[in-house]
Amino acid sequence: MKISGEIKGGALFLSLSGELDHHGAKEVMASAAEIIDEHVPRNCVMDFKDVGFMDSSGIALILNVNKRLGNIGGRLRVENVARQPMKVIKASGIERIVSIKEQ
Amino acid sequence: MKTKDYIKVSFPSLSSNEGFARSCVACFAARLDPTLDELSDIKTAVSEAVTNCIVHAYPGEIGTIHMRCRIIDDKTIEVSLRDTGVGIEDVDKAREPLFTTGDPCERAGMGFSIMESFMGKVKVRSKPGKGTTVVMRKTLDGRK
Ligand SMILES: Nc1ncnc2c1ncn2[C@@H]1O[C@H](COP(=O)(O)OP(=O)(O)O)[C@@H](O)[C@H]1O
Ligand SMILES: [Mg+2]
Repeated sequence: MKISGEIKGGALFLSLSGELDHHGAKEVMASAAEIIDEHVPRNCVMDFKDVGFMDSSGIALILNVNKRLGNIGGRLRVENVARQPMKVIKASGIERIVSIKEQ
Repeated sequence: MKTKDYIKVSFPSLSSNEGFARSCVACFAARLDPTLDELSDIKTAVSEAVTNCIVHAYPGEIGTIHMRCRIIDDKTIEVSLRDTGVGIEDVDKAREPLFTTGDPCERAGMGFSIMESFMGKVKVRSKPGKGTTVVMRKTLDGRK
């Protein structure tokens, strides 16, 4: 699993690629935190375009990033979510906490 | 109940084997001609069960995970995951949504809920100090 950060239109885009399971989440969590701490963004977008698979470890990652942003007064959006990750997101109910957009 | 077709695979509880276990079950399930959604559901549930063995059953050590899949009556896939790890004190409590004994930064407490809603039927047998077996069944009706 890979993650990269880029500022576009005033927002920090965190682009993820790969399979977001417990193994993948471990690989990107520290970098996600580092990128956020470096930019201290007001708006952050997690781009799920290249996330082909996600399980509940991905839910924990999203919630963790959301909390980190909350602590610095930032807001999180999750975008380009494919069918399988979307089903996991819906089952978890985190749509009530984080703004989620389907692919 | 006739068991025509099964596989058994054992592997160490390394997180790099999560993807292997999903793909392995998906490959086996392919002979039931599942829809893409059914296949995704099975992979998601397997990922949850295997992750639980890695994270919870064998914390701070590498143990063995035993995975068995079989096909029942040409339309149901059964996947069982067995570990000989720490076991679960209170299975009903563990199955409650949002319940986790793990690090809340890494775990969402949604594993069992997802297994149930994505597979249909989930049985959990566990003995503290002895280990846990999770048996999941999904009946496929997508194509046939
Ligand atoms: N194989 C296992 N061995 C020991 N404990 C387990 C096992 N599977 C699940 N558990 C327990 O059940 C709880 C809930 O599991 P789950 O719903 O998957 O949530 P999570 O993995 O996010 O904690 C875990 O936190 C753990 O205490
Ligand atoms: Mg779990």
